[in-house]
Order: sequence, then C-alpha cells, then structure tokens
Amino acid sequence: MTAQIKPVTGAQYSRIHGVGGYRPTRVIPNSEVLNWIESSDEWIRTRSGITERRWAGPEESVAEMSVQAASKAIAMAGISPDQVGSVIVATVSHLKQTPAIATEIADRLGCGTTPAFDISAACAGFGYGLSLADGLVRGGNAEYVVVIGVERLSDLTDIHDRSTAFIFGDGAGAVVVGPSDIPGIGKVVWGSDGSQADVISQTAAWDTAFGKPDAVNGAGEETKWPALRMEGQTVFRWAVWDMAKAAQQALDAAGITADQLGAFIPHQANMRIIDAMIKALKLPESVPVARDIAETGNTSAASIPLAMERMLQSGEAKSGDLALIIGFGAGLVYAAAVVTLP
Amino acid sequence: MATQDEVLSGLAEIVNEIAGIPAEDVQLDKSFTDDLDVDSLSMVEVVVAAEERFDVKIPDDEVKNLKTVGDAVNYIIANANS
Repeated sequence: MTAQIKPVTGAQYSRIHGVGGYRPTRVIPNSEVLNWIESSDEWIRTRSGITERRWAGPEESVAEMSVQAASKAIAMAGISPDQVGSVIVATVSHLKQTPAIATEIADRLGCGTTPAFDISAACAGFGYGLSLADGLVRGGNAEYVVVIGVERLSDLTDIHDRSTAFIFGDGAGAVVVGPSDIPGIGKVVWGSDGSQADVISQTAAWDTAFGKPDAVNGAGEETKWPALRMEGQTVFRWAVWDMAKAAQQALDAAGITADQLGAFIPHQANMRIIDAMIKALKLPESVPVARDIAETGNTSAASIPLAMERMLQSGEAKSGDLALIIGFGAGLVYAAAVVTLP
Repeated sequence: MATQDEVLSGLAEIVNEIAGIPAEDVQLDKSFTDDLDVDSLSMVEVVVAAEERFDVKIPDDEVKNLKTVGDAVNYIIANANS
C-alpha cells in the first residue's frame, strides 16, 4: 500500500488581527503639481477629489515604508514577529525585481526565516494578498500572515502628463491575518481581464526603456523612463459599473446586506469613481465611506489598508464592524470581500 | 422606435440628474463639454445611463464622437434595439 501523506490542518476561519500604515512626510499639494502641468486646483479637485498627496523621500524606500506599516500591524495584532508564518508584499513600484523585497522586509521585521514573496496585482494587490493569506491560515501553512500593500508611484509618474500627474501617491499599509473562531474574511470575489491589459499600463518595458534613470523627476522629451498611463474614461466605466457588480457579489457571497456594513473601503482611485460606485451599488447613506484619497492620492496596493487604518483611528468605523473592500486596477484585475475590521 | 423628441427629452433628464444642468438647456445643437459643462467622467455616466434607458450599446471608442446632444440622439436612434 502506498504511504499516505500526513494531513495538514489549519484554522477553521481567519480574520484581520491588526492594521498599520505609513504615510511619507513630504506633502505635495495641488499647487505644487501645477508647476508641472497646465491645470488648476479646482480642475484637479473636481476630477479626482484630491487636494494633496504624499511622495516618499530617498529614505522612505519601499522596504522602509513597509517595515513601518507592518510593525504597527503586528503590534496591534498583539503577536510577536516570530509567529508570522509568511510575509506577502503587493507592489508594482519596487524597481528592483530580484530579489523580492519581501525577504528583506521579513528579516527587518524580525520574522526570521519565514516564507516571503512579492505579488503583482496593482491596485487589487491588497485583496489578492488577503485571499492568499486567508488560504494559508486556513490551509495550515501559516498561523499568521503579514500582507503589505506598498507603492512609490511617484517613481513611475510622468509629472508632465496632465491626466495622471496629480493622481498618484506613495505609502504603505499592512495587515496581519490569523486564526479566528468566527469567519472574519468572506469569500474573495476576484478576477482579471487581460483583454484590457493596455488600459492601464507602464509606458514601456524596462528593456526598451533602460537608459535615463535620472529623468524620473523631470522628464525631457528624449527620455524613455517609463511611467504609468491610463485611459481614463474606459477605466472609469469599468471601475464603476463592473466593479459595483463585483462588490455586490462579494456581499452576496458573504451573506451580508449593504445596510449591515460598518464601512465601505474601496480602492482610493478617484473620488468620482467612489461616488459613482456608491450610486451604482445603491449603498445606504448610513454606511461610512473611505475618502482617504483626498489627502493621500491614489496609492494603488496601499490604499485600502491605509484607508482602513484612517477610518479606525478617526472613529468613523469601529473594530468588529463589517467592511466591504474592493480593489481594482491595472491588469485589469480586481478583488472584493467583506471583512471584519480589526 | 423612439422618436427624436422622446430620445432628446430622455437624454435631457439624464443630463439633468447627473450634471445638474436644467433639462431645457439640453438642446440638439449644444456641445456636452463646451455648452453644458459635462466633463469626460460625467459623460461616461451619461452614456451608461443612456445605454440602460434606451437599450443601446455605446462603446468607449464611440463616446468621443458624441460631441453634441444631437450626435448622441442620432446615435441612439440609429443603434437602439427597440
């Protein structure tokens, strides 16, 4: 008889035990962006809801911001770093591909030799990471998992592109996912649509772009340093109506109705998307909505945990409340779920 | 098949609801951006609402050709399923 592999058993359920964020110190108000693009404070506010964003300085690396955010999440979870069974870092703006930045972050967090890896799912990266973490905890391959969303999108911003220069920001947000007696993370409704891969993308691959790294903060006409670009109207339509359907599916899968939510925390892409999505989703006015984008800009993978931390700190939402989260972005990719706030 | 007047009045209601423009200002010769101050994102909202109301598909590539209210009304009449 063939020998049988010993079964692996994990926790029956998982939940988020802690959340933490890091916001860079340098504030970039709209007035500063107007040095680079022909626009106005009013235009930027009405098109995006953004009044200022944070851009990271030289010391605020992807790793540094991640360590700061994750340390807060681990402290809130009340666990020690050596209990972390995996570190997942979602980012599209760590400019050194090899090795994964997650290993350095895990080491600096004091997590020892824990498994650590990066994932690339743009603005849905946090939700993708959450789905993986939930599976690791319930599958028995980790007791606690740190999920970090981190971006330095200023490194990939063409400050002279008037359709994107004002949108992006930098920062990190992290959560600790671990075992729970009751379900704390609903079914993650996630997917991709590669037929729309070119709707949001980097302008050039590194091999064709390589050459002018000093051009990051002042692109000349000859530079090929890549930046992020997007087709605003196409993204807007997809992000509002298709994503409202995905958000509704996440609610249905969790067996939760919108009026039972304590918070709605969509990816902070654009205030207009958030407002239109609320309408499309018919979200009751009683549900507090994350609007962190006004002072943070669009931080891609970091935006949901950053907004979650802010809502808990400000008292807009409370620990134990149910929150609907949804991330969506370049890929196109998306991930939505109902979670219990830590 | 909806008449031009029916489509125009339906579209005027949509523009009014989304952009707050008085429905009577929404006339065939008016430009969405220049005359009615409907910005590119509001235009997408108008298009999606019009698709639902008139049972018509208006692809993104087509939206940029709809410069005036008349352009939109004609497109809807020519492409509506009902």
